[in-house]
Amino acid sequence: MDHFEVFGLPRRLGIDTGELQRKFYELSRRGHPDFHQGAPAERQAEILEASARLNAAYRALRDPIARIEYLVRLEEGRDTREGATVKPKAPPELLEEMFEIQEALQEAQSSGQPGGLEAGATETLVAQRERLRARHEQEEARLRGPLSQAWDAAGPAERAGALTAFKESLAVRAYLRTVIDDIDEALGRSQEGYVSHRRH
Amino acid sequence: MSRIVGIDLGTTNSLVAYVDEKTGLPRVIPDRDGQVLLPSIVSFTGEGVLVGAAAKRQLVRRPASTVYSVKRLMGRGYEDVKEELCYLPFKVLPCEGIVKIQIEGRDVTPPEVSAIVLKSLKERAETHFGEPIEKAVVTVPAYFNDSQRQATKDAGRIAGLDVVRIVNEPTAASLAYGLQRIREGLVAVYDLGGGTFDISILRVKDGIFEVLATNGNTHLGGDDFDRAIVLELLEDIREKHNVYLGRDLEAMQELRLAAEAAKMRLSADERTVLTIPFDGFTYHREIARADLERLIERLVDSTLAPCRMALADAGLAPSDVDEVVLVGGSTRVPLVRRRVQELFGKTPHSQLNPDEVVALGAAVQAHILAGGITNMLLLDVTPLSLGIETLGGIVSVLIPRNTTIPTNARELFTTSVDGQRVVDMHVVQGERELAKDCRSLARFELSGIDPMPAGMPKIEVVFLIDANGILNVTATELRSQKAAAIEVKPTYGLSETDVDRMVEESFTYAEADVEARLLIETRNEADTVITHVERALAQGRQLIDDDEYRSIAAALATLKDARATSDRDRIRDATTAMNRATEHLAELMMDAALKGALASRRADEIMEK
Repeated sequence: MDHFEVFGLPRRLGIDTGELQRKFYELSRRGHPDFHQGAPAERQAEILEASARLNAAYRALRDPIARIEYLVRLEEGRDTREGATVKPKAPPELLEEMFEIQEALQEAQSSGQPGGLEAGATETLVAQRERLRARHEQEEARLRGPLSQAWDAAGPAERAGALTAFKESLAVRAYLRTVIDDIDEALGRSQEGYVSHRRH
Repeated sequence: MSRIVGIDLGTTNSLVAYVDEKTGLPRVIPDRDGQVLLPSIVSFTGEGVLVGAAAKRQLVRRPASTVYSVKRLMGRGYEDVKEELCYLPFKVLPCEGIVKIQIEGRDVTPPEVSAIVLKSLKERAETHFGEPIEKAVVTVPAYFNDSQRQATKDAGRIAGLDVVRIVNEPTAASLAYGLQRIREGLVAVYDLGGGTFDISILRVKDGIFEVLATNGNTHLGGDDFDRAIVLELLEDIREKHNVYLGRDLEAMQELRLAAEAAKMRLSADERTVLTIPFDGFTYHREIARADLERLIERLVDSTLAPCRMALADAGLAPSDVDEVVLVGGSTRVPLVRRRVQELFGKTPHSQLNPDEVVALGAAVQAHILAGGITNMLLLDVTPLSLGIETLGGIVSVLIPRNTTIPTNARELFTTSVDGQRVVDMHVVQGERELAKDCRSLARFELSGIDPMPAGMPKIEVVFLIDANGILNVTATELRSQKAAAIEVKPTYGLSETDVDRMVEESFTYAEADVEARLLIETRNEADTVITHVERALAQGRQLIDDDEYRSIAAALATLKDARATSDRDRIRDATTAMNRATEHLAELMMDAALKGALASRRADEIMEK
């Protein structure tokens, strides 16, 4: 049973999240292990399995981007995560700027004293991070909006193309994320109470 | 279904609670003397094991064999805790991945110490209900990792309790509040206890308590506030009296207890005076609330970053939160309340006693599991990402943090060499990219693979995080559909055989006569009073007239005689009479700002309330 089937949904990306949540609560209420503590061991194992499947399905579908990542995996027939990581790819129009950022980062990290970065370097990195965040947001909007709609509207012949578009866009997003995280980390080291915390 | 109790196994205090069938409301269970909080302290004396208030009275007398704050050591390796060991008066040593505490003639592990506390609560519940109690829901900090949860479960087993569920403390608290106090909406639970900090963000809707994100620090709490005060006092004493007490175990315990009591008084008062009698001098110090705030500000502020991260993970801004709930004794500190209020921009809830609310929530969860409540459901999350180490030491995340539990992930493994019969995998928890920066959970060895060319075997491994937040791993060879054999080597934890042995041992120790133990406690109490009275008479003789002196001396003689017998009631009565006879003297000494000798005794009393 795939995640869409758990909720009785077709393999489409346009999902009403309010409705999804309502369904999730309803199914949880019916099948949560907490309400079946008295059941025989074998039945309990099944209930646990079903509950884990429901939670995994909700997590994969409630977020529009995670939904796309799951769909790509599902369409490619990969039930496990093996080889699932989309190789981050630099957005072509930003390639040169990316190179500069990476260089600035490396320089900042090798020359910066343990106390932190120089004020000038910090300022540059903050400005660049803002630009990258905007670009990242833009890529996500594209994934959630036009690309998702294209998939839902696609006939069987156009699906392969829609999938390729997803994969390219996800790769760009992953790349932007990595650079933003690197800048966060470089800037964060000079801030008190900072804990390195990756996003997934 | 048999009765299930809820237990809050705290760093400083532990409690047990249940849901009253008649009212449907959770209630804490007091001990014989009406005390609800059981200090999480265990003292190993030559005559037997003491727990709770009786053990607390041994802190100063037997610092090396009285174990407190053991929760900070649960499921931890030596490397994790070695930096704070210099603050602990008992000896902690590395022991096959975990740590053990070395007490005269006996080594104990943290789960065994916690088991003694759990057992005491179990007995308390059994006395209350007049029936055996075998099942419990036990709470842990939300940010506890797999090893720390497993260690807590092991402690339950050693205590003869089937821990039917491990529940996160902040979510337990939300259940207690949810019964009556909070509206539906987005709720932030800020839980700062004796040794741990958690923040959990929940959506409460139609009786469903869905945790959206959680974060925290399992090594931050009131203990650290006390430590900051003690360090300041040590310096001050060095300046004023030209002596450094940092290596004197007994003096350090006196200082720690006095610091803790002063911190508590400063939650209500603007300033307070510390008076501690030491050998050769009495130390006086006035502390203002502002002084305390200066000492702990950095610690309090360090709770805000986890709050922001939890909000970010939940996709929320601080202002989106409808209700803020304070849990844990350390949230009584005004600076903590101020900071929380500033962050969320609203007055936090604290109507329920912050010391009791977690146990009350555990009782609610216990009642849900027992089938007594069907309209409430807690959906919690795993606090840390779970992953496996791949080529180059990079972590491949299988289950991201803040995934609703129970949950599972599948992964296919194969061989890399022809004829390979064994595949290893290293499972870690944490948010860093490199396995070495994450928490190692266990190494799994899949064996019994039929010899085949490299890449041919297909072994599907299922990683299941159950509703306790604990990992279970199963493997199947897909070609044959045969379950593959897995050997688990937990990085930080007790093996199955260790736990079995400890269960056995705990019976031997537990068989010690209850009456004998009560007698020891009563005698210890009498000893403490005798010591304090003798000190008070030496220092405050000039404050009282001869009649009063004679009556105190007579009461003292009676108490000493009683102490020499084995008659528990007689010792207790004489102790009570002694306390009454010295009430006036104590007052005079307080008035004279010379309360020295009785101060630590008084401090004890204040803290036990």
